[in-house]
Parts: sequence; structure tokens; C-alpha cells
Amino acid sequence: MSRAALLVLADGRFPAGGHAHSGGAEAAVRAGRITDAASLEAFCRGRLHTSGVVAACVAAAAALGVDPGELDRAADARTPSPALRVAARRLGRQLTRAARATWPSPELDAVAALFPKGAHQPVVLGLAARAAGLTALDAAYCSLYEGVSGPATAVVRLLGLDPFDATGVLARLADEVDRAAREAVETAERVVTDGAGVLPARSAPLLEIGAEAHAAWPVRLFAS
Amino acid sequence: MDRVTTAPGGVRASARVLARGDGRGGTALPVLEGEGPLALRRTRGSGAEARVMLVGAMSGPLGGDHFTVDVQARSGARLRVGSAAATLALPGQDKAGARYDVRLTVDDGAELCWLPEQLISAGGSDLRLTTSVDLAAGARLLLREEQVLGRAGEEPGRLTSRLTVRIDGRCVLDQELGCGPGAPGGWDGPAGLAGHRAVGQVVVVRPEFADRPPAGCVYEEGAAVMPLAGPAALVSAVAPDGLRLRRLLDGALVSLD
Repeated sequence: MSRAALLVLADGRFPAGGHAHSGGAEAAVRAGRITDAASLEAFCRGRLHTSGVVAACVAAAAALGVDPGELDRAADARTPSPALRVAARRLGRQLTRAARATWPSPELDAVAALFPKGAHQPVVLGLAARAAGLTALDAAYCSLYEGVSGPATAVVRLLGLDPFDATGVLARLADEVDRAAREAVETAERVVTDGAGVLPARSAPLLEIGAEAHAAWPVRLFAS
Repeated sequence: MDRVTTAPGGVRASARVLARGDGRGGTALPVLEGEGPLALRRTRGSGAEARVMLVGAMSGPLGGDHFTVDVQARSGARLRVGSAAATLALPGQDKAGARYDVRLTVDDGAELCWLPEQLISAGGSDLRLTTSVDLAAGARLLLREEQVLGRAGEEPGRLTSRLTVRIDGRCVLDQELGCGPGAPGGWDGPAGLAGHRAVGQVVVVRPEFADRPPAGCVYEEGAAVMPLAGPAALVSAVAPDGLRLRRLLDGALVSLD
């Protein structure tokens, strides 16, 4: 496996469209729930341990070769907000395009053909990691880190938060990301034998409700 | 009461309801069995609908208790199950947590309304609630669950609640909420509950949603109606307390009619 490939996939500048999404931070800022570095940290921690963990398990399972269709259905059931399902598929489609150009693979071709509107992003992320010769642990790390770095960068733009403070938030979450990544791989290994039903289903009510409110705004800075 | 065990592990109790069409446009209840803390009473129904009340005959669930409720609505049944009062999860002498498992099955041509009162997670309690719903393709469901975190002015206990809904074998909703001391980090932060002390959801499944999916909407900031990936919709809401939660859920539900 190539360590540099992990850096390519995890790089926020990888052209997969992630920069256009705030991971729910824009709605939380508008509602006055994120106002500073401390509330950003609490937001990121909550996201990490709910939808973040679910996404990481899906990505790790896809990287282990679990059927993408089964994982995509499991992701749908764990994403009640239609706005978030649309966002996840849009991001999945953009990642499919970027990953196929970067690491051509028959599995990525197959998922592109099966899901013309895009598969859920974590499914594609796992397949991209696989195509790049990376491990399930790498896929889990990419997913978890992206899940917290997206909101952190967005809040710098939304609130004018000091970028040093936002990066400090990410550094303080590092141990929790490490633990979550290891647990995601253990879960993904059970998915291989027991099916997608063993995936976690942890939810964050305000992420879902906030995403629906956000999607109805006429003008917004981020797509989700 | 004779089948209730109060071993050191706590109380084990179960309740079962089986409803089916009586062939004359009404609903029969061939099985209506409760025990110990889970007493069942048939109350006056309306029209074709049979009504059952779950009456809490003992306090709890307490730490170490394990309650199981199994409700089946067979073809032609219209069944509405409510509860006489809120369920209060309390700490027990046993250090172990409590479990409450609800299993609902609805066949083609049957309708179940599962509308219990709130579950209150008292300080120091530790409860794992699972609600597992299996619906045939032609089944109808209205399910409400509401959780209130702590009695007035009290810190909540630990509560993990998982709700899984399958239609024709396919999972359309799988959601787990963890809150209280020891829950995964950030549960009360800006992504989770943000200080709200009541959280709830309503699931509506109607076969006609397959052709005409319901419209989603946001209702008064705290609630959203969300069409699921299947013939179903979820209403999700957070509120400062149980009363305002019920108002939000009821208000948002109107949009589906």
C-alpha cells in the first residue's frame, strides 16, 4: 500500500466537491448553535460519534469488498433526511468521477453504472480506497476526518472564526478519531460475515432537522 | 403474575397482542396477554378499530429489568395501542441496565397505531429500548415515540433507543439515539440535542406513498417531515419539554393529511 495515496485521497483539495458542503455547520451557525471554537468542537464531536461513525463503518465495509448495493440501502435507511440523501449521492457521484480518473478500477466503473445519480459518498469512498490500494482503516480515517474537517473549515468562512482555532478543534478530536477508526474497521469486519444489519445507526436529531431547514433556504453559502 | 420472575437480574416480563379482522368488519383480539408490570386492557374502540391500553402495573423498568412487548396485526385488523401513563425508567439496585424490547408486526391489509405515552429517563437510570417493526408491503402504520430526558429539573439517565422499520423485508429506517451520562460525545451539543430535553419521532407508513410520495417540510424550526427511501415518512422533532414536543409532532403530522 502507498502512504502517499492516502494523502491524495484525504486531501481537502482532492477534486470531489467536498468544499461546497458544510456538514450541517451552516444551519447550526444560522440557528445560533455554533458561535465559537467551543461550540464548533461540540458540534464536530457530536457529528463524529453519530453520522460520522456510521459513514466510516460504511466506507470501511466497502473497502473490504462488501456489496455496494447493500451498503447503499443501509446508508439510505440511516439517513432519514431527503436533503442529506441527495447531498450524499451528489458527493458520491463527484467522488466516483474523480476516483475513476485517478485510480481506474472495474469496481468504480460498476458503481458508476449501477448508480447514475451517485451512490452514497461513503460507499464510493471505500471503493476509491480499495482502488488506490488502501486499507479499510485508511477509508475509515478519510471518512471520519472529512466529517469533522468539512464543518471546521466551513465555520471559518461562516463566522470568520480564526483558522488556528478551527485547526485546534481538529487536533483535539484526534484521539477520538483514532478510536472511532479502529472501531469502524472492527464493525466492518462483522459486516463482511453478518451483513449490513450490524452497521451502527447512531443519529443526531438536529443534523437531520437542520438539513431540511437549510435545503429550503433561498440563498446559502454551502450546498448542505 | 405467576410467570413474572424477580431473579437477582431484575424483573422479566412480556406482553402479547394479536389482532385480526373478525370477518364482520371489526377487529378481534384472540391474544391479549400481559404480566407483572405490563398489564393490557381492551378499551372501547371506534368503528372497525380495536383499542388496547398498556397499563403500567409496577414502576419501572428499573436497572436489571427486561420487558418485552410483541404486537401482531394480522390481515383485516385495525389496532390502536396506547398507554395509560408515561413509562418511567428508574435506577435499580442492580448495576445492570434495563432493557425494553418492542416488536411490532403488521400484515397486508392491516393497520397498527402504536401511540404510547412518553418514556421518561430519570436521573441515574440506564435503559436500552429497541423498537423493531416489520411491515408487509400492504400494511399501514402510525408509530409515535417520545423521550423526555429527566424529570423536571433533573439530569437525565442513560438512554439508548433504536428504531428499525422494515417494509416487505427491506429496511427503510434505522435510527439510534444515545443520550445521557456516558453516551457518545457531543450528544447534547449543537449537532445532537443542544440542550433540548424532549425528542421524538413519528413514523407513517402507507402503501399509497409508493405512487405519491409525501412532501417534506419543516415545521416551526424544531420539527421536520421527511419522506424516507420507501413508502414511509418520518416526523422528527426536538423540544424543551414533553408538552411542546407533542405539539410539534401533532402539528407537523397534519401536513401528511
